[in-house]
Amino acid sequence: MDYSQFLMMPQELGLLAVFLLVFLFDTFMPKKSLGALPVFTSVIFGAFAIANYFMLMRGTAFSGMFESTASTFVMKSILNVGMLIVLVQSIKWSNSEFVAVRRGEFYELLLTTLFGMYLMISARHFLLFVIGLETASLPLAALVAFNKNRYESHEAAAKYMFTAIFSSAIFMLGLSFVYGLTGSMYFADIASRLVGGSNTALLITAIAFVIAGVGFKLSLVPFHLWTADVYQGAPTAVTSYLSVISKGAAAYAFLVILVQVFGTVYSVVWEWMLYALIILTITLGNLFAIRQRNIKRFLAFSSISQAGYIMLGVVAANELGLASLMFYVLVYIVSNLAAFGVVSAIENFSGKVSIDDYNGLYKTNPYLSFTMMLAMFSLAGIPPFAGFFSKFFIFVGALETGSVAIYVLVLIALINTIVSLFYYLLVVKAMFIRQDDCIIPTFRSACSERIAMIACTLGIIFIGIASCIYTFMVDVVNDNVMMFGLLK
Amino acid sequence: MIWSNVLIYFVIVPLLMLGGLALSKSVKQVRAVAVTGATALMLLAAYLVIEFLSMRAAGDVSPMLFTDSWTWFEPLNINLALGVDGISVVMIVLSAFIVFAGVFASWNINPLPKEYFMWFCLLSTGVFGFFISIDMFTMFMFYEVALIPMYLLIGVWGSGNKNYSAMKLTLMLMGGSAFLMLGLIGIYFHSAPEGGQLTMNILEIAENNAIPHEWQYYLFPMTFVGFGVLGAMFPFHTWSPDGHASAPTAVSMLHAGVLMKLGGYGCFRIAIYLMPWAAGELAWIFLLLTGISVVYGAFSACVQTDLKYINAYSSVSHCGMVLFAILMLNTTAMTGAVLQMLSHGLMTALFFALIGMIYGRTHTRDIRKMGGLMTIMPFLGVGYVIAGLASLGLPGLSGFVAEMSIFVGSFQHADMFHRVLTVMACCSIVITAVYILRVVGKLLFGAVQDAHHKELTDAEWHERLATITLIVAVAAIGCFPNFFSGIISEAAEPIMKLFA
Repeated sequence: MDYSQFLMMPQELGLLAVFLLVFLFDTFMPKKSLGALPVFTSVIFGAFAIANYFMLMRGTAFSGMFESTASTFVMKSILNVGMLIVLVQSIKWSNSEFVAVRRGEFYELLLTTLFGMYLMISARHFLLFVIGLETASLPLAALVAFNKNRYESHEAAAKYMFTAIFSSAIFMLGLSFVYGLTGSMYFADIASRLVGGSNTALLITAIAFVIAGVGFKLSLVPFHLWTADVYQGAPTAVTSYLSVISKGAAAYAFLVILVQVFGTVYSVVWEWMLYALIILTITLGNLFAIRQRNIKRFLAFSSISQAGYIMLGVVAANELGLASLMFYVLVYIVSNLAAFGVVSAIENFSGKVSIDDYNGLYKTNPYLSFTMMLAMFSLAGIPPFAGFFSKFFIFVGALETGSVAIYVLVLIALINTIVSLFYYLLVVKAMFIRQDDCIIPTFRSACSERIAMIACTLGIIFIGIASCIYTFMVDVVNDNVMMFGLLK
Repeated sequence: MIWSNVLIYFVIVPLLMLGGLALSKSVKQVRAVAVTGATALMLLAAYLVIEFLSMRAAGDVSPMLFTDSWTWFEPLNINLALGVDGISVVMIVLSAFIVFAGVFASWNINPLPKEYFMWFCLLSTGVFGFFISIDMFTMFMFYEVALIPMYLLIGVWGSGNKNYSAMKLTLMLMGGSAFLMLGLIGIYFHSAPEGGQLTMNILEIAENNAIPHEWQYYLFPMTFVGFGVLGAMFPFHTWSPDGHASAPTAVSMLHAGVLMKLGGYGCFRIAIYLMPWAAGELAWIFLLLTGISVVYGAFSACVQTDLKYINAYSSVSHCGMVLFAILMLNTTAMTGAVLQMLSHGLMTALFFALIGMIYGRTHTRDIRKMGGLMTIMPFLGVGYVIAGLASLGLPGLSGFVAEMSIFVGSFQHADMFHRVLTVMACCSIVITAVYILRVVGKLLFGAVQDAHHKELTDAEWHERLATITLIVAVAAIGCFPNFFSGIISEAAEPIMKLFA
């Protein structure tokens, strides 16, 4: 075997190195200095994320199972940004009394799942993809159960575990059908062997199963039932990780699979499936979000509907769509992490997680309220915040295909933005307009939490306006046009 | 260089104000920053008018002046493109006036004056940005920037059923902008002939004139309705009475005075200018709807007893008139439409300012509970009468000029449909007189209804300043209509040639 192939995957190797360093630190350092582990992890991960910048490799390894291109590279870097923010955000929490004994495991599991997502993004063979998918899913179940003294945490973990296993099983059943149809697990081989225009019942079933498997990770309706309970039960640091990083990786992988593998049968087989999924996801996610009083459940349903918008980039299946999808994921990461930063700061201080507890928050904690408001506006797509730009671009990407059906789809999505604006404004209303007798008192959030929130706030304000970021992503994707050759 | 274009400062000054406000510590500093900024905007607007006129006098006949364009999002050909013609210049001047008066009308805002003025600044940033842009994307962005502060301005500082009104207003306007966004992206994808470079620049799109008719058929209603919601077009006007009634004084002023004009201006600049074919084909539907707005708004105003509701419904009627005139698609009516925007903006701002001042003293807006205020507060009373006379179209004040041009322009259509509609719309003037005189009679004359009202005082200096600024502007338009209609018709003429 040619071991130099491993050089094609510098990002994965770097991440492994970070993982090993954290593991060694956790195992061999004296107990007294273990309090520095969270900071240590953040710092070396930060160093890795920066070093990452110089790690672009193009090419394939392991006879085409693994591919590294400009766009996978950028996607992984986007995940790194989110991961770094999550790490910084969780410093205070992981040093708290109940978590401190297990914080080593927390960071190791977190890094492992990220490794799995890297593989999902770069896999060009279903075997590698499944390994990535499982590596990304199973440790998360342990993370969800991290608050082992809380009943909800267990319930959430069990739910996550069962759903994950079940959806993997369906996914692999779908794969076996695909293998039966084509005799290969390589993305490129499958694509070339699926004759354009073929829509046998077996193929339709196979694609539906594959979509169901990945749809679980993205929490698309109707595979979303675990989301709200898991978000509510899991520790907030894990929830924020689950809601952005895991979703971003799955969205990208989903696009790769659908376009590279099933691109040849796009319009005959799965275009309409995807339309239905998107409409269901956005609409139901929004409608359920309206009724939530628990802020974490609320963000869960909001993230479901956001996943629907991300899927518009998949449905576009063109360069603009992919660039918009990556941009959307980046914006979604900073916006959602800003919201979760505020939620976890307040939860760490007061233990309160209901939207009603936020009443009058602006009086006592103006900066937190301001950050939360920006996050809500960005998620709702209000200019001049980043969310507006990402929504606009993803709509443009989708509409570039130009069919009437897609205009209707985007119109439904746009009408849904109004519904989503309604419930995002409910949070703003609670903080700024409503008054209450027992407002959360003024407090100073931890330094690490503030750093993360400031980073997110700056991201929300500048990622959209600074046009170079989106332009860069379009350039990156155009470098990668091979991917869409199948559709044209 | 971006700094050498005077237009960009209309966005930069409010943003600087925003920064200044964020740093200021006391109410005094907040007021100082707000007044400085508003004055700077006024001066800037004056400078712009002078420059604009001298460039036109020097024989520059290009459709837009001060045009400049900087690449923003290169992949989608989105530029920060600026430019103004006569219509936008007039709108900018109007906005500067209202912002100036609005600062003084909200002098004693309570609580949180700093936050109030910050949102106020963001709103004005959006408004000015909208009028100076000629790129659809930036236009749309500024449009939404102007809308969202309304939610908090009404929700936090409003009165009455404010939560409901704020949410209703925001959702309805954003609902309009959802259609608008789809329409704009649709226009973008058909902005150039097959194979050409797609563009968001309005001038280039108009020049290309490449939007296929079957697409215009769908995109025109989308954009027109999208902007029409903000222009209070029937049946999408229902946010307006509630929103205006609950908003604090200066926000009502700015909203009815400027923000609703964004609707009319957008309908004209995007829907009609870019899709003339569909405008000609489909105008009749919207003429009917806006005709209903005109008459229905006026009748509704007659039966209201809350001062703000009366004025809000009168705004529905007058703004309906703007859209009505725009849809007549000829230069005279178009000039009238812009004059009406100008006139209605100033006079409604005056109305809302006076209502706010009266409400601040009597703590009621119910006309049945007030009376004889003329003897108690003569300054406010006279101001109210002047605003009322302008509203019902007395010659010498702005309303007359505007409505005259509109109806003359509308009557130029020789067919039955347009003429009947015009006659019906004309009737609204009579109804306007009914509700204005009814309010004036009840509120200002007659017996004092409440003994406590006798102890009330007349306007303070900052209130007088706001009132006088607006009255002078209203009278100026009424007395020198040629100056304004000249600027406007010059800009409207080349566009209306498309329909001749």
